[in-house]
Amino acid sequence: MRHIISLLLENEAGALSRVSGLFSARGYNIESLSVAPTEDATLSRMTVVTTGSDDVIEQITKQLNKLIDVVKVVDLNEGEHIERELMLVKVRASGKDREEMKRMADIFRGRIIDVTDKTYTIELTGTGEKLDAFLQGLERSSILETVRTGASGIGRGERILRV
Amino acid sequence: MELTGAEIVVRCLQEEGVEYVFGYPGGAVLYLYDELFKQDKVKHILVRHEQAAVHAADGYARAQDRKPGVALVTSGPGVTNAVTGIATAHMDSIPLVIITGQVPTPAIGQDAFQECDTVGITRPCVKHNFLVKDVKDLAVTIKKAFYIASTGRPGPVVVDVPKDVSIAKTEFHYPETVSMRSYNPVTKGHAGQIKKAAQLILEAKRPMIYTGGGVILSNASALLTELVRMLGFPCTNTLMGLGAYPATDPLFLGMLGMHGTYEANMAMQHCDVLLAVGARFDDRVIGNPKHFYNEERKIIHIDIDPSSISKRVKVDVPIVGNVPDVLEELLKLLKASKEKPDQQALKTWWTQIELWRSRDCLKYDRAAAVIKPQYVLEKMYEITKGDAFVTSDVGQHQMWAAQFYKFDKPRRWINSGGLGTMGFGLPAAMGARLANPKATVACVTGEASIQMCIQELSTCKQYHLPIKIVNLNNRYLGMVRQWQEFFHGNRYAESYMDALPDFVKLAESYGHVGMRIEKPADVEGALKEAFALKDRLVFMDFITDQTENVFPMIPGGKGLSEMILV
Ligand SMILES: Cc1cc2nc3c(=O)[nH]c(=O)nc-3n(C[C@H](O)[C@H](O)[C@H](O)COP(=O)(O)OP(=O)(O)OC[C@H]3O[C@@H](n4cnc5c(N)ncnc54)[C@H](O)[C@@H]3O)c2cc1C
Ligand SMILES: Cc1ncc(C[n+]2csc(CCOP(=O)(O)OP(=O)(O)O)c2C)c(N)n1
Ligand SMILES: [Mg+2]
Repeated sequence: MRHIISLLLENEAGALSRVSGLFSARGYNIESLSVAPTEDATLSRMTVVTTGSDDVIEQITKQLNKLIDVVKVVDLNEGEHIERELMLVKVRASGKDREEMKRMADIFRGRIIDVTDKTYTIELTGTGEKLDAFLQGLERSSILETVRTGASGIGRGERILRV
Repeated sequence: MELTGAEIVVRCLQEEGVEYVFGYPGGAVLYLYDELFKQDKVKHILVRHEQAAVHAADGYARAQDRKPGVALVTSGPGVTNAVTGIATAHMDSIPLVIITGQVPTPAIGQDAFQECDTVGITRPCVKHNFLVKDVKDLAVTIKKAFYIASTGRPGPVVVDVPKDVSIAKTEFHYPETVSMRSYNPVTKGHAGQIKKAAQLILEAKRPMIYTGGGVILSNASALLTELVRMLGFPCTNTLMGLGAYPATDPLFLGMLGMHGTYEANMAMQHCDVLLAVGARFDDRVIGNPKHFYNEERKIIHIDIDPSSISKRVKVDVPIVGNVPDVLEELLKLLKASKEKPDQQALKTWWTQIELWRSRDCLKYDRAAAVIKPQYVLEKMYEITKGDAFVTSDVGQHQMWAAQFYKFDKPRRWINSGGLGTMGFGLPAAMGARLANPKATVACVTGEASIQMCIQELSTCKQYHLPIKIVNLNNRYLGMVRQWQEFFHGNRYAESYMDALPDFVKLAESYGHVGMRIEKPADVEGALKEAFALKDRLVFMDFITDQTENVFPMIPGGKGLSEMILV
């Protein structure tokens, strides 16, 4: 099953490679991984999307907890949570496609953030599924370039991950 | 007053009460060596290869219960040579601090002379590692390294010190304690879980106590022994746990696992309540987990590392905690309880176990015309009165030493279990001897393994380390040959040791005593003579039976009760 694991880790050089190295060394899957410093500059927040049986997920969280740089680990799937991913897509937008692209972006609540005669760059956030759906809705040949951040996750309601 | 980085490193080692640093110099650590030279509190042992520096520090750490081992190596090849030693310590959870030189910080990443990515290379085989880029962080980093190495589940910690950091100056202050928000090892176990464990123990009809390296690492042998004796339950130890429970005690069933005894493996398979203490259900211990599940049993597992629990085998009562803390609580509950285990059931269980024991699974041909390796070890046990520190290398000789030398005390048996590193035995013996300056230290080895760190004979000469080397010379990579005999149609691919050196002359050329023993009748006399030479290293080259195999054996993929017996 797919799990979203959130971590707080020391904002130290090499902390990221300890996490990614753990996944490769132990043969765990990484679907996506995103990381950035938090409001407390000494801490980074990481979201790892992985897949595995319950036993594997249990080992993943235990092994992550064991890393000295890791301060906290939460499997967001243990409760209600929200997941968002940001995607930037550069699409062909000339001739009759131009209107169509604008319409698609609107339907998916995307924003056009860069424009040339021939292209649009669309910014879109949502769950991974929504982003997939958007791409599937486009003509393959009209997609020039995509870049996705990987999911970020946060618990719903009062659930808080902090030190 | 401001001190240089190099001075700080040495001061930190002094503050930690480090007796010995095992190391080898080079460009990146010249300033560190200069400071070591200027003082005499911390003694340096010059090995002949960095792998041996780490093994020796490791042997030192295993052979006493006070301090981690410390090694010091230079950048680049010094580090890469040390990696085997670091990985060996990591697999067996041994507390070490390894200080490595690094090229100057501005040169990092420039493919500088003798540069390697030490933190990157060692990351998967350390408990933690640090690159110190600012001399101001040096003292606190070394403090953290000692703290991390020796608390929780112990392990090796690498501190990488660039050359310019060893020259830079700062005010020295060594913190008394450190606390890290991201590292807080547990000690006490969960009270409710311990209660559940006590209940299960009291209800057991066919109990079994299985303990491992965690009992040794946490110095909990006395508590374990008290618990086992109070309950009258059978007890087995893993290869890493030997000595935690006295091997000469009738409640002890011997080692379990791939080369464990028939009685230990059968009892493990057929018990109804299993108490696992500081042991990690290794694949060489329970064999195929599916087969293990064929029988039903309740499992209590005490381990300080949550990731050791329910990793290979699902357990019913996990207890995360430090062995002595948890055993103390457990003992308290059991002593206070009015219930006692069902004595009738226990008696029936013991009758069954004695039947298994009467299978005499370690028997061997005592009338053979060639020297049987088992015989050498039995005699060595007698002659040393079971009181030696015994290190070993890896192979058949290691298994025979584990089976035939009865360890009654912890930290006497020192071997590489997890990584299985040939070359470990001799340098580990050096560390063990330095940790116990008056003790008898023997290294049980094979003609192949000993050649992997043979250069340390020179170190032994320099520092007067009178180790007794018991070379069980079967002219084969015996353990490899055994597998080839059993599973590869007797095709002995590259497992014959040809062109062996004359070990007697070799020992002599290093300034030691060499002996060759070729007849069973000479074994006892030679051992007596060698062990009586208290202040000399003696290399005993026993020419042993080439075809002897280690029994029992659980073949790969098989279960505990599927042993090949002699
Ligand atoms: C040729 C060869 C053959 C082998 N055959 C066998 C065999 O027949 N039988 C056998 O047993 N092994 C055998 N081994 C060794 C095997 O590979 C493993 O190294 C060994 O079984 C592991 O021992 P252990 O379970 O005691 O764990 P260790 O590696 O000693 O680990 C210790 C455990 O204790 C925990 N721990 C540490 N400190 C504490 C603490 N303070 N409190 C609580 N828990 C703590 C750790 O988290 C860990 O889970 C063989 C090795 C070789 C090289
Ligand atoms: C560094 C290393 N290389 C290879 C092995 C694989 N291996 C395990 S046992 C063994 C043979 C050891 O031979 P010897 O030291 O003569 O011991 P014996 O089994 O004959 O007693 C080998 C090659 C290992 N454990 N370590
Ligand atoms: Mg051999």
